Amino acid sequence: MAVKKFVVGCFDDEAVLFPAVKNVRKAGYKMHDVYTPFPIHGLDHAMGLRDTSLHTAGFIYGITGTTTALSFISWVFTKDWELNIGGKPHFALPAWIPIMFELTVLFAAVGMVLTFCYLCQLAPFVKKHHFHPRATDDLFVMTIELTAKSNEVEIINFLNSVGAKEVHVQEAETGWWLGRYDNDSKPFDNMIREEHSATA
Amino acid sequence: MALLRYESQVREPLVTGEKNYHQVTEDIVRPIETSPSRLWWIGFLISVALLLFGAYSVYREVTYGIGQWNLGKTIGWGWDITNFVWWVGIGHAGTLISAILLLFRQGWRTGVNRAAEAMTIFAVMCAGQFPIWHMGRVWMAFFVLPYPNSRGPLWVNFNSPLLWDVFAISTYFTVSLLFWYCGLIPDLATVRDRAKLKWRKFMYGLLSFGWTGSTKHWQRHEALSLVLAGLSTPLVLSVHTIVSFDFATSVIPGWHTTIFPPYFVAGAIFSGFAMVQTLLIITRKVLKLEDYITLEHIEVMNKVIVLTGSIVGVAYITELFISWYGQNPYEAAAFRNRWDLTTPYAWSYYLMMGCNVLAPQFFWFSKLRRNIVFTFFMSVIVNVGMWFERFVIIVTSIYRDYIPSSWSTYYAPSIFEVGFYLGTFGLFFTCYFLFSKFFPVIAVAEIKHILKKNGEGFKSNMGNIETQSTEAFVHEHSHDHGA
Repeated sequence: MAVKKFVVGCFDDEAVLFPAVKNVRKAGYKMHDVYTPFPIHGLDHAMGLRDTSLHTAGFIYGITGTTTALSFISWVFTKDWELNIGGKPHFALPAWIPIMFELTVLFAAVGMVLTFCYLCQLAPFVKKHHFHPRATDDLFVMTIELTAKSNEVEIINFLNSVGAKEVHVQEAETGWWLGRYDNDSKPFDNMIREEHSATA
Repeated sequence: MALLRYESQVREPLVTGEKNYHQVTEDIVRPIETSPSRLWWIGFLISVALLLFGAYSVYREVTYGIGQWNLGKTIGWGWDITNFVWWVGIGHAGTLISAILLLFRQGWRTGVNRAAEAMTIFAVMCAGQFPIWHMGRVWMAFFVLPYPNSRGPLWVNFNSPLLWDVFAISTYFTVSLLFWYCGLIPDLATVRDRAKLKWRKFMYGLLSFGWTGSTKHWQRHEALSLVLAGLSTPLVLSVHTIVSFDFATSVIPGWHTTIFPPYFVAGAIFSGFAMVQTLLIITRKVLKLEDYITLEHIEVMNKVIVLTGSIVGVAYITELFISWYGQNPYEAAAFRNRWDLTTPYAWSYYLMMGCNVLAPQFFWFSKLRRNIVFTFFMSVIVNVGMWFERFVIIVTSIYRDYIPSSWSTYYAPSIFEVGFYLGTFGLFFTCYFLFSKFFPVIAVAEIKHILKKNGEGFKSNMGNIETQSTEAFVHEHSHDHGA
């Protein structure tokens, strides 16, 4: 993963954030992400993110569960061990509906949660850079990536003009690494330090 | 140019007091960051004591066998299965609040869903104990799973409602746990980012899975919550339906009825809401969360209680009517063993009727619905009644079977049967006390989400919206999708 430079603008009201997101996109700055303490409906569309396909994944997991249950139980009761239960038909589909349903739900739920964690890269001991500690409390934190072409001062002024309460520049690792939240050592910090000592 | 009236005339604010986002965090996270009160310790230690007594009772049962319980020739299921159905039923309100009310876009659920979901998980944990330990040779409990074995392989009977139960309860527990935990992740991140102590930062860092609050993650989180709610809704109905199949698919008079699935589901929601009331009335007081769990919340839950209690009442009366109208002598005899005052268990039938059908009718009066002391008292009454409902169904249907010579002597539980039941109370409350100490008992992010629309503090700002033109309002709010 890469260490990049960002301009971080903090907003304290979603009513100000929405037009700000629109203006930043209009101005053509490279928006990295917006971190919010709670889900803000419509922000994903305002930022131009595409809809998630998690639903589709859930549907596929669900039918996998249904077919697993149906094929397994029919194999057991019609091929592998044809248990005679009171002379009733071996292929007793109505009696299998409860288990087919339960496995559908189980597969869909477990599959979706695992997919969610994979897509968002969530797991214990996974550590990511946090641009602002209050992003999980009461601030909406917009991050704009600084590229070779962009003008740092211009972006700072722009964010101030669209209503950011606090603007600053940060260097941050964009990926995740393994670490502990009580321990502030960051691999990229060490990396930068090493580079600095090498040049010095 | 049409003018809008934004503020509802009927609904009360869901969050009272002048709150902003930071205060919401403060109010809900504060109990985690301060040491627990003396009351918490007393409650916790009593729970642990009960849990230990339960563990001892289970130890006796495993060591000396099911004979430690007072089950008889005809009473193969007694207190244990009664307790199982009772606990499963209690769990249902949590899923109803978190899933069904999410699909119906009921904003009030946000104040109570976290605690109710936790209650679901702990109640299902308690419920699971009963069928497992009732197996007697519990070290063979894994026989209920369909795994390739050296006996053929001889598979489990997929046509049996008892096996459906295995799948239903384990799926229900897994899905509820996932749903609850996914909702917790962002709130645990909030606790982590506020933490000053090293161990707290470490622990919540571990638990919050590295959550940052990125918009894309929130988008997926919302999609996940919605689909899990959609899955949990039929799941919760299926679980108690399948529990009722344990009885309904048998040929025992008193159990063999088609009304059981809806009747059990309504009863489950009824008792579950009562348990939510019991827990939340204490929680809001002890943790000072009256601004988030308001009288309005208590009142709407009481409305659910009077509705489901009345559905249960209709089911009782239908059942009784059919036992006469059906003209099946065995069915009639099973019901005579309930309503006839000269039979040994008639008292339990009338206790059930009184607690479940008559008592909730007081909730037609809004004064009583909004009375906290009365609500607390009623919530206990309802759960006593619902315990007796299962006792009536199970014990009065089987204590006198077809052969009078095998009729049991009066069935009363042994001390270890009672101990096992008390032990599950210990388990339930130990878990709940730990939950209320270490986790945010109210969904912080969800409260913030509804705060601007439903918070009292934002009412004053509504003036300019009310005078806004429709076009301007639509333009501004075109991205809102409900609460």
